[in-house]
Amino acid sequence: MNTLELTLLIWLGSLLAGFLGALTGLGGGIIITPLLTLAFGVDIRYAIGATLVSVIATSSGAAAAYVKEGFSNIRIGMFLEIATTVGAVVGASLAARLPTTTIAVIFGTVLLYSAYVSSRGVHESAGDSQPDRLATLLRMDSSYPTPEGPRSYHVHAVPTGFGLMFGAGALSGLLGIGSGALKVIAMDQAMRIPFKVSTTTSNFMIGVTAAASAGIYLRRGYIDPGLAMPVMLGVLMGSMIGARVLAGARTRVLRLVFGVVVAVLAIEMIYHGLTGRL
Amino acid sequence: MTHGSIEWTDRRVEVIIGTLLRAGVVAAAVVVLAGAAVYLVRHGAAAPHYAVFQGEPTDLRTPSGILADAATLQGRGIIQLGLLILLATPVARVAFSVFAFAMERDSLYVVVTLIVLAVLVLSLAGGML
Repeated sequence: MNTLELTLLIWLGSLLAGFLGALTGLGGGIIITPLLTLAFGVDIRYAIGATLVSVIATSSGAAAAYVKEGFSNIRIGMFLEIATTVGAVVGASLAARLPTTTIAVIFGTVLLYSAYVSSRGVHESAGDSQPDRLATLLRMDSSYPTPEGPRSYHVHAVPTGFGLMFGAGALSGLLGIGSGALKVIAMDQAMRIPFKVSTTTSNFMIGVTAAASAGIYLRRGYIDPGLAMPVMLGVLMGSMIGARVLAGARTRVLRLVFGVVVAVLAIEMIYHGLTGRL
Repeated sequence: MTHGSIEWTDRRVEVIIGTLLRAGVVAAAVVVLAGAAVYLVRHGAAAPHYAVFQGEPTDLRTPSGILADAATLQGRGIIQLGLLILLATPVARVAFSVFAFAMERDSLYVVVTLIVLAVLVLSLAGGML
């Protein structure tokens, strides 16, 4: 296979990954690295570098559509980005020190967990509650639009959320993923922020988090233009098409199917990592 | 939140940021696509080399090296320039947020945003790791 053929194949695979990632809300980036390493035999460091770039593209591309809806909360996002960016820098420097087989095993474990979370689907956390002192001080409480008019919400457990975000950032920097699933859990479960606000704010944060580690990957020579090009263009196009189709699509079955695919890839990654073949 | 005025509200800032991000992504994609055309026409028939990790040559690791490569119309340099634009987009977003929070007279969040900007600039400019 020559470079042109491989580039086209990777572009097609990335297009499909971006499309499914947008439809299921899991993000396309998460299956690109397993796809590149397992199916195309790409070195995991190049694969992670290329995925990181595509994560920035999809996050930034989707943001314009999200802000129109008025769900995202820039104060929550910016405050937590302190934790995610510092975490991302730590994760990216760990990536250079850990053996690739260890990275593959961690990657597979995170994949498996994401598949579980996504198959469980959306559930709304408790609504109205008492205001929290620290969240009030940080002016995080806000409101979001509903068909019955704006509904206000209170933010809780800021230190716990901050700590979880550091972890999400570290995984993002180590594995080159957006860790959207983890970010949503930190906001939706720990900080009890409404689900729609959590997902859109998380998307906002993903680009900034990924940029913090991408600089380190670039300087280390992990970002290969020939490989990152079809991945970035494919995921970006795929996720844009996916976002269009999303309105009116029945995603329950699809999410389940995608969850199974991700789980299989996860087990394969762990197996290859443990047997030292990655 | 006040609506309908020319004041700097969170809502207005979010819309500007959304537009800024989209513009950055479109610019990056166009440059990457142009670089892809040059690269694939010249090197499409060559054998790929992604299975063995060697790391990129030093000129593709730094902004100045990438600019020099792109200026001489090398395919890989042009693609890398597009990726650099993509990388700069979230940084521009954070930099704009510093300004926006200042216009809102929210000094607490000016400080918060400056911390995020500092981490980003340090990691991109390098030196510390």
